[in-house]
Amino acid sequence: MIWSKEETLPREEMEKLQLSRLQETVNRVYAKVPAYRKKMDDAGVKPEDIKTLADLAKLPFVTKQDMRDNYPFGLFAVDKDSLVRIHASSGTTGKPTVVGYTQGDLETWTECVSRIACMGGATSKDVAQICFGYGMFTGALGLHYGLEKIGAAIVPSSTGNSEKQIMYMKDFETSLLVATPSYALRLAEVAREMGVDPEKDLKVRIALVGSELLTDAMREEMHKFWGKDLLVTTNYGMSELMGPGVSGECLEHCGLHINEDMFIPEIINPETGEVLPAGEQGELVITCIKKEGLPLIRYRTKDITRLFYEPCKCGRTLCRMENLCGRSDDMLKIRGVNVFPSQIEEVILSVPELGPHYEIVLEREGYSDKLTVKVELAAETDSFGVLEAITKTVRHKLQVILGLDAKVQLVSPNTLQRFEGKAKRVKDLRSK
Amino acid sequence: MFAKQLTVFIENRTGRLSEVLGVLKENNVNILSLSLADTTEFGLLRLIVDNAALGKEKLTENGYSSLLSDVSIIAISHEVGNLQSLLKIIDRAGINIEYMYGLSIQATEAYIVLKASDSEKIDALLEENGVKTLTCEDLAKM
Repeated sequence: MIWSKEETLPREEMEKLQLSRLQETVNRVYAKVPAYRKKMDDAGVKPEDIKTLADLAKLPFVTKQDMRDNYPFGLFAVDKDSLVRIHASSGTTGKPTVVGYTQGDLETWTECVSRIACMGGATSKDVAQICFGYGMFTGALGLHYGLEKIGAAIVPSSTGNSEKQIMYMKDFETSLLVATPSYALRLAEVAREMGVDPEKDLKVRIALVGSELLTDAMREEMHKFWGKDLLVTTNYGMSELMGPGVSGECLEHCGLHINEDMFIPEIINPETGEVLPAGEQGELVITCIKKEGLPLIRYRTKDITRLFYEPCKCGRTLCRMENLCGRSDDMLKIRGVNVFPSQIEEVILSVPELGPHYEIVLEREGYSDKLTVKVELAAETDSFGVLEAITKTVRHKLQVILGLDAKVQLVSPNTLQRFEGKAKRVKDLRSK
Repeated sequence: MFAKQLTVFIENRTGRLSEVLGVLKENNVNILSLSLADTTEFGLLRLIVDNAALGKEKLTENGYSSLLSDVSIIAISHEVGNLQSLLKIIDRAGINIEYMYGLSIQATEAYIVLKASDSEKIDALLEENGVKTLTCEDLAKM
């Protein structure tokens, strides 16, 4: 089902709408946010210079650093009185980034999430269990209001207490699961430990996973754990922009539809800042054009993707972004080679004798980086030959894909750490 | 006659072996013999126990990777050269021995656990040659 008519607007009409909203937003932030006015003045650009969508490229970028520099409310375009909600990132690497919403923003957010939930197959009949941490994190509440608007019955179970989660799923006949992909797998493991077969004894038919990358291999793994008929889609967003709801996958699985009437996407060369044509890979930059509280302009997401503008088989005309291969933040530089953890995950999940959980350890040995991949053995064997063949296969595949020699360490099932929120699978022990 | 060997995958970590044995103890599974082979990263603990099926079930429940496999427990008279004579028979039949370990030595008989590349074939061969083989139950009774 398609939730809103904006999702199927002809390109020309969409661009008209985008331009008028962009001009209004730029005018407003120039007038109300001193930090923006300064940035634009420094770049020699005035609001009236924005005559076409292409003129967007004239505007300066906003980065996470700008948000920290203006902590907490410096980039807000409304008085604090107009805010009805404040969220913040965890701020593990410095001051948290603070985001605020007006009543209008919450409505826009709800609208965006309702759309992506429908893209993933949600209906008013669903019982939606939200296993994202409720709190300052935008994921849980974002999905909450969007799904509620559709008419689904929300089970706000948050994270943790996995056995109780399974009990709710069973007793409430949960049909829609919201979780990170890694927690969704963990929940299936817990169900089995409790003697509950996720495929036969539970009614979960939809998984809306997010806040972590969903690689194709991870999607396969989701089917292995939850059944082949499970509709697994991922969606994308970040607190700075709104939270979840920036874009979402439809059941055609051909990229994530961006809510373009709310967000204008661009792809840039992350080194030079130059805007790249459609279809080329680069850093995603997003401009919020329907936000009141915190309308970020040309926000550098650090996510690497590509954009496609051909209409989708599902009927939506919204631009599609390719499912992320990684964040430029997550990219590891190992012996001079750029590596995304998702590439290592693809390799591990392609080997049936291994479980889906893994840990990447980076150490410095002399002047060289040492990469160790710890992974759980899923096969049962009494032969060293078999174990050696498994490690050899993984090493070989990593060598082919990454061009790096890795040490592969097999560990017993259920011994690596499990995560309820975003999985932290990389341990970088190289001295900074 | 085959015996069931219980093999457990163990990564090299302090206390891991003890944890495995703890699971067996809690379930009253008695160990009749064991062999622990290891590399720098992990080891394989191969066990002959009085109730291999129960051991396997409990280890799986506790999240260990384990396997039941067919091995031959062979009794030979305790004299110089007997083991070699037996191996010659096995070699001649073209059967490969994957691993082997001693079980217990009494005054007159020695027992070895032997894993062959082809369990069916070696079983037939041993019977043909009148070699005495035992089951786990036989051992448990001793």
